[in-house]
Amino acid sequence: MYYTGIIQKTQRESCGLCCTKLKNFGVTIGKTEILHDIDLHIHCGELTALVGPNGAGKTTLLRAILGEISHTGELSFLDAKDCQRNPVVGYVPQRLDFDPGTPISVLDLFSACLSSWPVCLGHSRRLRERVSASLASVQADHLLDRRLGDLSGGELQRVLLSMALVPNPDLLLLDEPVSGIDIQGKEIFYELVSNLRQQYDLSIILVSHDWSLMSCYADRIVLLDRTVQCCGTPQEVFSNEKVLRVYGPAIREEIDQIRSRPQIIHSGGGVHA
Amino acid sequence: MEIWYTLINQFLPFSWTHYTFMKNALLAVLLVGPIFAVMGTMVVNNKMAFFSDTIGHSALTGIAIGVLLGFQDPLWIMVIFSVLLAVAISMLKSLTGASTDTIIGAVSATMVALGIVILSRGGGFNKFSRFLIGDLLSITPNELLLLAFTLAGVILLWGVMFNKFLLAGINSSLALSRGIPVRLVDTLFCITTAVIVTISIQWVGILIINSLLILPAAAARNISSNMRQYHVFSLLITLTSGVTGLLMSYYWSTATGATIVLFAALFYLGTLLAKFRFA
Repeated sequence: MYYTGIIQKTQRESCGLCCTKLKNFGVTIGKTEILHDIDLHIHCGELTALVGPNGAGKTTLLRAILGEISHTGELSFLDAKDCQRNPVVGYVPQRLDFDPGTPISVLDLFSACLSSWPVCLGHSRRLRERVSASLASVQADHLLDRRLGDLSGGELQRVLLSMALVPNPDLLLLDEPVSGIDIQGKEIFYELVSNLRQQYDLSIILVSHDWSLMSCYADRIVLLDRTVQCCGTPQEVFSNEKVLRVYGPAIREEIDQIRSRPQIIHSGGGVHA
Repeated sequence: MEIWYTLINQFLPFSWTHYTFMKNALLAVLLVGPIFAVMGTMVVNNKMAFFSDTIGHSALTGIAIGVLLGFQDPLWIMVIFSVLLAVAISMLKSLTGASTDTIIGAVSATMVALGIVILSRGGGFNKFSRFLIGDLLSITPNELLLLAFTLAGVILLWGVMFNKFLLAGINSSLALSRGIPVRLVDTLFCITTAVIVTISIQWVGILIINSLLILPAAAARNISSNMRQYHVFSLLITLTSGVTGLLMSYYWSTATGATIVLFAALFYLGTLLAKFRFA
């Protein structure tokens, strides 16, 4: 595929040494304890899927890592040289709530994130090329001058993903990035994310409800319900008895669904080649 | 000012330019226009039309407090008061989490009532009615200087903060993940809006100042697809309706502010029709 060339240009090989540590992590809003006693190590080059029932606190965890809500316990990031520093965090929201009537183009939004030059005064050619290249890495460069309100759900998420990747993040947070997008759009999106993990030096935390797709793409699955219920490779988690007892029917249903659509999995895999 | 008068006598030798107050008013329109054009686009983007309306109405209470404290020219008291109010509203918004329009509605009505009660004490409300309708033609060279400084301030602030205002207005989570202190930026924008609305209120008038802020931006929105077009159209519409409104108010002898707003409304109607036609 043509877009992998651009990814390779900006790639940093993942070293597997940097990691994000959550220790004794908890979130309490008002008097409600939403999350407690979370201990997690997330290494770079790893795609960690965060799964769990509605109201389990998945989005809350991401927002706490992002610094949007306060938390208890420790959150630290260590880079390859083992020094502690503030990580660059990329974030793709579940759904970008904005007024679809706003006259803002994809280029406007992207440049507003990258530079402090007021976007109402126009864009330099260099910036335009830079944005175009970033968009090309998620197969979205044709959307450059489109109005944000005219994009489809899948297109918007791809644009947001490419924005989250500039500047190169240490940690990429994806909050159900493809909910409400058709299966083909999901496959494209997960394929992109999965490529990123291999080619950039970053760790990815992905909140998702798609058990079956997660079992194909994730390196590690964390089952969250107020605290970490279970954590391990997809095989480990999906064969864990406790998990099967509580979520068994849902998982089996999803996996059956995926088995009944082998051709889509195949075409998804084709993007690799 | 002399340069401006000579320029006008040279290039615009019409009957209306004989009057100094018309020359002043024309300059005022050319200064207020850009301020309102760029403020308005952002106010509409951030869905703060109702907020700026409240600030406008609360100016009445600002005047009242100024009068109670015994100031002849209540402008500075008004500005301080509206800034405090803007900070209070944006704090209430983030603290209570209640719907913004409810908070703003409550504050707006209270402030207007309070202002009227204080000003009408002893039946002397009539002398303040110039604030309701506004009088652009009474603007003095000193006040023009104040407007020029305001315009320079807005341009400077926009140069530094435009992208941050924009992102915070589009989506606060996204802005936060890009390292923008959203609450601070929001408050700063509220304060800026408050200061500008309050400064311009005595020339435009409490009743219509918000329309002048919102209408050009709303019209530009109908026909533009990116930020650049949005601002260019908004600026053109504000300046055109400003100058036309000023001239027409001279020939029809009507209130200037209201005439300007009517022309802006015509633009809005026109762009709305254009939008339906081409959409």
